[in-house]
Amino acid sequence: MSASTHVTVLHSDPLSGRRVAVTGGTAGLGYALARAAYARGARVGFVARTASEVERVARALPGSAGVVGDVAEKEAIHPIALQLAGRLGGLDVLINNASSLGPVPLAPLADTECEELELALATNLVGPFRLTRALLGALAASAREGTGAVVLNVSSDAAVQPYPGWGAYGASKAALRHLSAIWDLELRGVGVRVLSADPGDMDTALHTLAVPDADPATLKRPAAAAEELLALVTAALAQRLEERPALEPAS
Amino acid sequence: MIVAAEPLGSRRQARLLVVHPGGEMHSGDRQDLAAALRSGDLLVANDAATIPASLAGAHEPSGLSVEVRLAGRRSLRADDVRGFTALVFGPGDWHTPTEHRAAPPPLAPGDRLRLGPLRAAVTRRLGHPRLVELGFEGEVADIWAGIARHGRPIQYAHVPALLALWDVWTPVAAHPVAFEAPSAGFALTWSLLERLRHLRVGFTTLTHAAGISSTGDPALDARLPFDEPYRIPLETVRRIRRAQRDGGRVIAVGTTAARAMEHSALATGAARSGSGIATGRIGPESVLRVADGILTGVHEPSTSHYQMLRAFADEATLAAADAVMERAGYRHHEFGDSVLLLRR
Repeated sequence: MSASTHVTVLHSDPLSGRRVAVTGGTAGLGYALARAAYARGARVGFVARTASEVERVARALPGSAGVVGDVAEKEAIHPIALQLAGRLGGLDVLINNASSLGPVPLAPLADTECEELELALATNLVGPFRLTRALLGALAASAREGTGAVVLNVSSDAAVQPYPGWGAYGASKAALRHLSAIWDLELRGVGVRVLSADPGDMDTALHTLAVPDADPATLKRPAAAAEELLALVTAALAQRLEERPALEPAS
Repeated sequence: MIVAAEPLGSRRQARLLVVHPGGEMHSGDRQDLAAALRSGDLLVANDAATIPASLAGAHEPSGLSVEVRLAGRRSLRADDVRGFTALVFGPGDWHTPTEHRAAPPPLAPGDRLRLGPLRAAVTRRLGHPRLVELGFEGEVADIWAGIARHGRPIQYAHVPALLALWDVWTPVAAHPVAFEAPSAGFALTWSLLERLRHLRVGFTTLTHAAGISSTGDPALDARLPFDEPYRIPLETVRRIRRAQRDGGRVIAVGTTAARAMEHSALATGAARSGSGIATGRIGPESVLRVADGILTGVHEPSTSHYQMLRAFADEATLAAADAVMERAGYRHHEFGDSVLLLRR
């Protein structure tokens, strides 16, 4: 590929210049998503709980906006949203990726403590709901300006299939998947798409916690899953641009 | 008049007084706002989110505790967060009515302030013992994080409960640049916006760094509103022009949306897109070039907000509206009921 072609490709990337935020963005799939969006010219914001990890990734992705916070905590949501929207100057894409397994090691529901279920729901369902609501104004503003806006909630096959031992995680992801589907319908007129997608079983720390003896060679690389998820995001952005007349009051 | 002292509790039951161009009035449910609008009308709201602009800390030279209220900035740029206009109070907090707040220690250029994790220095005095220009030290990321974690929403004694950040973000809050909530936007809900869309009433936004509403000092209050940066997207101006061309009314949601639109139109008489800094104030003598109406909260006659309404309706009409709202028990202040003033 010649240099000039390469430049053209960069400029035509639908993520170039877009403001993309990823939760759980310092490890596993989240880091892969942040890095891939960054490589494609997006202005990247990311959220994670550990300050030292946020600093490490912020150094690896110069110019990105790293925010320290826990999406499972109600009080943390608006400070996170404030920093993301403030430092990125708005938001076009929100990827709710941060996830909690519930009990570790995995446990049948009968051995799952209420607090473990609550933590899975707080991280995987209520956190994404709260953060999306807090950032909906910013996303809707992008949609009004014609650039489209997308929320991608990272789901799992455990959201659809009942796997014994995955009760807390599976129930929370199933609820997130349904929440995404309803919100997507409700926001059609606003121009904000809400997607959920299963990235597949990946070679990540989260997967090791769940299935310690899995053979990494049989698992998907997070970078490959990240590219697939970003393809869904860019497709949804492009679709919104095509459908844009629908945003006008019908005339 | 009754003070709305709860941020959220009764927002869903809020009321709306519609004041028609001839002075005719209709009092109803705020969720029925759509009934007062026509197909082709356009609502223009301020989509600024509110930063937690009240920062508690200490004035290092005197050791006295202070409350700093960020009150103005030079631009809306994401990295332009080092310099702010700031109001400084002495010891105490919002439980004390602003007009009774202790004065700050004497502030001089170079004085350092320690505000939780934030470090700042006074860079300039601004003609009043309480008003200074403040410069934060450190990286932009740390300033944002410091404000996000240490700051509290600016609040006043009429609301006894401690406000959370979510209490001061309107449903459409997008860009965190306001120092106090652009509170007319509390009248908006996503259900209402959906209903308006079906009625072919347009909705769009601009961003305006709404400043503080009260300083507690009459001399300083007379200088309000301070200069406020704003940005009007190209798409917003297109929609304003289309509404005007097709005979629709352009209705500002709140005084800050009106101030930005009208300021942008000063040069050519028509709303312009881009960034600007709104200066001056709109009042009884102002000629409105863009706004055909305004959706606003219920304000006391002494405030600069109220003076702005004089551009939309004459004194007799506003007095009559006040009388109706007084009789009907309308609640005022930022979490209260609403008025829609229509000029045509």
